[in-house]
Amino acid sequence: MNLLHDILFDYTLRSVTLGCMILGTVSGVLGSFAVLRKQGLMGDALSHSALPGICVVYMLTGEKTPILLMAGAGLACMIAAWLIIKLVDNLGIDSGTSLATILTVFFGGGTVLLSVIQRGASANKAGLDKFLFGQAASLTMDQAGAMAAVGGFALIVVFFLFKEFKVISFDPLYARSIGINDQRLGALLTGLLVLAIVIGLNTVGVILMSAMIIAPGAAARQWTDKLNKMLLIAAAIGSGCGLAGAIISIQVEGVPTGPAIVLCLAAVSAISVLFGTARGYVWTQKRRAARLAS
Amino acid sequence: MNPAVTVRDLTVAYREEPVLWDIDLDVPEGTLTAIIGPNGAGKSTLVKAMLGLVHSSSGMVRIYGRPYDQVRQRVAYVPQRGEVDWDFPTDALDVVLMGLYGQIGWLKRAGKKHRKKAMECLDQVGMADFAHRQISQLSGGQQQRVFLARALAQDADLYVMDEPFAGVDAVTETAIVKILHELRSQGRTALVVHHDLDTAPEYFDRVVLLNVRLIADGVMSETFTTEKIRAAYGSRVAAIAQ
Repeated sequence: MNLLHDILFDYTLRSVTLGCMILGTVSGVLGSFAVLRKQGLMGDALSHSALPGICVVYMLTGEKTPILLMAGAGLACMIAAWLIIKLVDNLGIDSGTSLATILTVFFGGGTVLLSVIQRGASANKAGLDKFLFGQAASLTMDQAGAMAAVGGFALIVVFFLFKEFKVISFDPLYARSIGINDQRLGALLTGLLVLAIVIGLNTVGVILMSAMIIAPGAAARQWTDKLNKMLLIAAAIGSGCGLAGAIISIQVEGVPTGPAIVLCLAAVSAISVLFGTARGYVWTQKRRAARLAS
Repeated sequence: MNPAVTVRDLTVAYREEPVLWDIDLDVPEGTLTAIIGPNGAGKSTLVKAMLGLVHSSSGMVRIYGRPYDQVRQRVAYVPQRGEVDWDFPTDALDVVLMGLYGQIGWLKRAGKKHRKKAMECLDQVGMADFAHRQISQLSGGQQQRVFLARALAQDADLYVMDEPFAGVDAVTETAIVKILHELRSQGRTALVVHHDLDTAPEYFDRVVLLNVRLIADGVMSETFTTEKIRAAYGSRVAAIAQ
């Protein structure tokens, strides 16, 4: 009961749990589309690509203004996404190779910039490396508010364009034939995914962010055959694991929040793959046995 | 009267390699036309280029005398079944509803009357009992019929179908032929990529023989001759078709 009291009324704990839950919800919904469009690895590449954006903004401004760092991260992600698409479309390089190339080039570049900054004379230098694994424990209410605003915007767009996003994810050519531009809306979905990544940088960091994108959607798919339900379940799993991870790191000293969330997600995913009612292993086997018997 | 489809000097290239070369073609209204040719002849590319789904290097396509963008409400496209992921979390009715998205409009949701219309279309192809079946649990032929129902929901004048008969069961084949004949009797037009030389003369009025270039195009009895099939396929296949 103490814990509940603390989460509701303690300023730091409240912003930490709130931030983690917002991130889980937004990345669960946008990640579901990424999973269905076979772009899970795209999410991984893009989140790693945020690092040089953060470093460049810091080197230019010398400050760690959250909104500017987020903008820099978002811009770097968009450039990376654009390059990946161009490599595939214009140079005919296969998508796995392009993803791997852009991920390593951007993340490698970011790591170099990070060490340059750490060695530099700036007094304000410490702390950029927290974007690698995130530092949810330092979330402020302002940051949680910014996450809610950006994430809320992304969710509203999904709500209003739900059927358009559904048809471009299932059958992009058909969508184009009825006047729903799959390329533009696909770019919009990728842009919204970048927003989810950007709000996750403070919390889980660029490396673990891909788990936030892939795991909730992949787990939710095991429980339902309906897209709207899948999005809701993914949001619930994402925010639930955000909450659980935050509680674990509050209760157990020395356990960082980001990795705690990711471990919760891993556990839920494992349970879903085994016991999910729509596609889980156990039910699928049961149905197969019943079919063979009849 | 404008033909349903007019194609002039259409060339499509993929990385410098021509897939379609200088195609000229007219598809008259109220006819059933088969597009026939060997693998890699560009049949699928031709219909995609007509609907602006692939980029053409040069040439012009008019549907009812106008660019596709201006007449898309009159056109329904049935893609190849193999081009989508049937594991997608949705059911048959929901897929058919996609055919009404143009009518429903942006930002709005499907209502009761849309669902009723979608059910009628599923019924037309004999799939009403499977409305709420997850699409991965349907057979290939059933999936094809769902795609056909989605196109019917669009209530179009021109139906463009990419290999609807590929790998389907006899029930589905009969159902598609019946629908095609209904469409024709209502004065509508169908342009169908087809792979089966045996059934083509029976199912269709007209034929387009294609092998990168246009080999021949016209009414079935005059165009679907051994000589022209041989020109499209090479001699061996033409002999088998005899």
